[in-house]
Amino acid sequence: MAILHTVNRSASAGESLASCLRSAVSGSGVLLLEDGVYAARAGGLGAQLLRCVNEQIQIYALQADLQARGIAPAELLGRVQIVDYNGFVVLTCEYDKVLAWF
Amino acid sequence: MNEDATTVVRTITFVTRHAPHGSVFAQEALEVVLLGAAFEQRVRLVFMDDGLFQIKKGQDTVALGVKNFARAFNALPMYELDRIVVERESMQARGLEVGDLAIEVEVLDAADIACMLDDSDVLLGF
Repeated sequence: MAILHTVNRSASAGESLASCLRSAVSGSGVLLLEDGVYAARAGGLGAQLLRCVNEQIQIYALQADLQARGIAPAELLGRVQIVDYNGFVVLTCEYDKVLAWF
Repeated sequence: MNEDATTVVRTITFVTRHAPHGSVFAQEALEVVLLGAAFEQRVRLVFMDDGLFQIKKGQDTVALGVKNFARAFNALPMYELDRIVVERESMQARGLEVGDLAIEVEVLDAADIACMLDDSDVLLGF
C-alpha cells in the first residue's frame, strides 16, 4: 500500500523531512511543497538527506513553489522530478494514501 | 460490498509529532484519536519527534492557567486502541526512556514504524 508523503517545511526548520525519510519504505513517494522544496536544491542540508534515500523512493517537487522561491530546475538534485498542480493531483490518485509531514 | 458502511473497520494510524503546549496540533490529534476509537475503528497512535513530550510524566499546566489536556492520555486504555507506539530514534534524540513516559507504550525502530504505516488503511499526521 504505497504512501505519498508530503513535506512542507525546509530541512533547517524542523524534523519533518528527516522523520519522513526515516519512515518511508521502497515504493513510496515524497512530494516536497511550500518550504519543503528548498530540500530539492543540490548542496543544502535537505539534499544531503535526500541523497541517502533509497532509489526506490521517488522524490517530487512542486513547480509553483520552486518558481516562487527562485529555484531553477538546474539547481535541483538529479533525482527530483518536478510536478505541477495537475501532477500533484495525479500523484494523490496513483498512491494508495497520503501522509502530511509538517 | 455487502457490508454495511457503518460496520467497516479500517486501520487508522495517527502520527503525532509536535510538543503539547506550543501549538494546538497535539490536542487536536488526541481529540481525533479518541473520536476514531469511539467509532470502533482500529486506531494506532504513533509518537515521533517532539510529539513524545506529550506523554512525558509530571506535566502541570496550573501556572499557565490552561487545561492540561495531556491528562486525557490516561484515559486511552478505556478506548482500546490497537497500538500505542513511540519511535526509538525520537526517544534517544531527546534522552527519554520508557520510565519518563506517563502511559504504557511499545518502542519501535523507525523501520518497523515504516512497515506499520504501510500496513494501515488511513494515515493522519498531526
